[in-house]
Amino acid sequence: MKTVRVGAGLGFYGDSWRPVRASIERGGVQYIASDHLSELTLAILQKDRHKAKPGDPPSGYARDAVPMLTELWPLAAKHGVKFVLNAGGLNPEGARQAIAKAFRDKGWKAKIATVTGDSVLERIDELRAAGEPLAHMDTGADIASVRERVLFANAYLGAQPIAQALSKGADIVLTGRVADAALTLGPLAYEFGWRWDDWDRMAAGLTLGHLLECSGQGSGGNYGSAGEWAKVPDYAHLGYPIAEVSEDGSALFTKPPGTGGQVSFDTIRQQLLYEVHNPHAYFSPDVVLDMGTLDFKDEGSDRVRIRGASGAPRPKTLKIVAGYQDGWMGTGMIGFAWPEAYAKCERSAEIIQTLVKERGWAVEDSNAEYIGYNSLLGANADPTYRDQLNECFLRMTIRTQDRKIADAFGRLFPWLGLSGPPYVGSMKGIQPAKELLGIWPTLVSRELVEKNVKIEVENV
Amino acid sequence: MRVPLWKIAHARSGDKADRADIGLFAFDAPTYEVLKREVTRERLAAHFAGMGTGPVELWPLDNILALKIVLNAALQGGAARSLRMDNLGKNVAAQLLRMEIEAPEDLPRLKTK
Repeated sequence: MKTVRVGAGLGFYGDSWRPVRASIERGGVQYIASDHLSELTLAILQKDRHKAKPGDPPSGYARDAVPMLTELWPLAAKHGVKFVLNAGGLNPEGARQAIAKAFRDKGWKAKIATVTGDSVLERIDELRAAGEPLAHMDTGADIASVRERVLFANAYLGAQPIAQALSKGADIVLTGRVADAALTLGPLAYEFGWRWDDWDRMAAGLTLGHLLECSGQGSGGNYGSAGEWAKVPDYAHLGYPIAEVSEDGSALFTKPPGTGGQVSFDTIRQQLLYEVHNPHAYFSPDVVLDMGTLDFKDEGSDRVRIRGASGAPRPKTLKIVAGYQDGWMGTGMIGFAWPEAYAKCERSAEIIQTLVKERGWAVEDSNAEYIGYNSLLGANADPTYRDQLNECFLRMTIRTQDRKIADAFGRLFPWLGLSGPPYVGSMKGIQPAKELLGIWPTLVSRELVEKNVKIEVENV
Repeated sequence: MRVPLWKIAHARSGDKADRADIGLFAFDAPTYEVLKREVTRERLAAHFAGMGTGPVELWPLDNILALKIVLNAALQGGAARSLRMDNLGKNVAAQLLRMEIEAPEDLPRLKTK
């Protein structure tokens, strides 16, 4: 019986591709599904693009795709492994050019496909004229309120263009924004010839793609727990997850032999529910998944059987996520040792607030957090030992529309070293202003986006 | 008896736009029944009041002994706009594991510890 093995690639722009080698060498994978785009990565790529000057090499794509493929391609070619990556970001054609150049320099051959048409930044007014309000999905706000500040706007495409690219013989498929799980569903639908209205199989592919899209989080990484995380073996060599899929959509979820990490009912169900909203109606461009009928059977030895996904027909809309400029963040930090470490941080925060007020700076919001006490647990930090801390750092942040104020804010802090409370810790430099972005999730009629989707294949 | 969730369950959290998004998982079936009964939307709202969150959503999943929890308007407008150290909401699950609930003493995880 035919099975298809898909292995996880990266889980974010900047993730490590070193573990992918084990999946190719001894994981038996036919495809690597590599997710380079978090909700915010397009904002980083847009900044790259802004900075580029005429004549510069192409930008606006996830640059790590080039060294990753350069390092892994000889091994992948030997094992017949194909790559599906959303590393195209805002510029899949630029990514293809960069990879093609690297391959030509080495004398390698490959068929590289691009999927484009997800970007709607230049089409916002056209879409609105066509009757699409593009109102904020959660608040209902009118996009006119941020229209002039929008930096990127991309629709999440589905798995169909990926499957089409593979049917044209592509070895490497480069997309822009697609649903993360489509990177896996695309190859599965292509290999098995699944019908696009076979909702349960679509749902199965979506489930597996979702379990693979965060690399090590599907095989024991970030196992959120008290104590259990410490039992995960050999983090240093954690293997990325692999799904061995059968035609009916059922799968064996595992990882390459001889690697660290843990594939178990516990680690997989953490990933299943990760960043999904309603688990009984998990929306994707290809299907709406109900996770409530999934069945997991943990066989031990890093093997979990998964079956029973149910799907409902795909939505008539696609999701767009746009990002818009929303002011600047200024950051300042200072640390103190015992005694009264926390009290000295708190006093410093008061002093800084006084200085900000006296300068009349237009500050929209501010935040004071105490690293070593509550910067990660917030109001749920346990105050029992607050006044006996060995050491504590104050981190203060402000939001302002004025970049100069955001820059100046951090420079208020060094002065405290000689003129503030005692036993101060080194500050290791001043943080410059950071641009803040608001996220604008919205919906659009899918045919208005899909008519512009293009697949191109280049023989390198 | 009062039991903190970390003794009987595990959890992971993340972000989606301005939502903090948590999965809470019982180690065993008897504990799952207790979680379903005790971890209510009202108690979650009270536990996370310090984050200034919007409405809480909650779905039980009997097949994987889990509760899916979504805290709306919890991330200061979203990760790229947030002023917080934990702008991605990765530690909201750790905050949840500190919540205390009423649980019977004979739950499997309480007996073995």
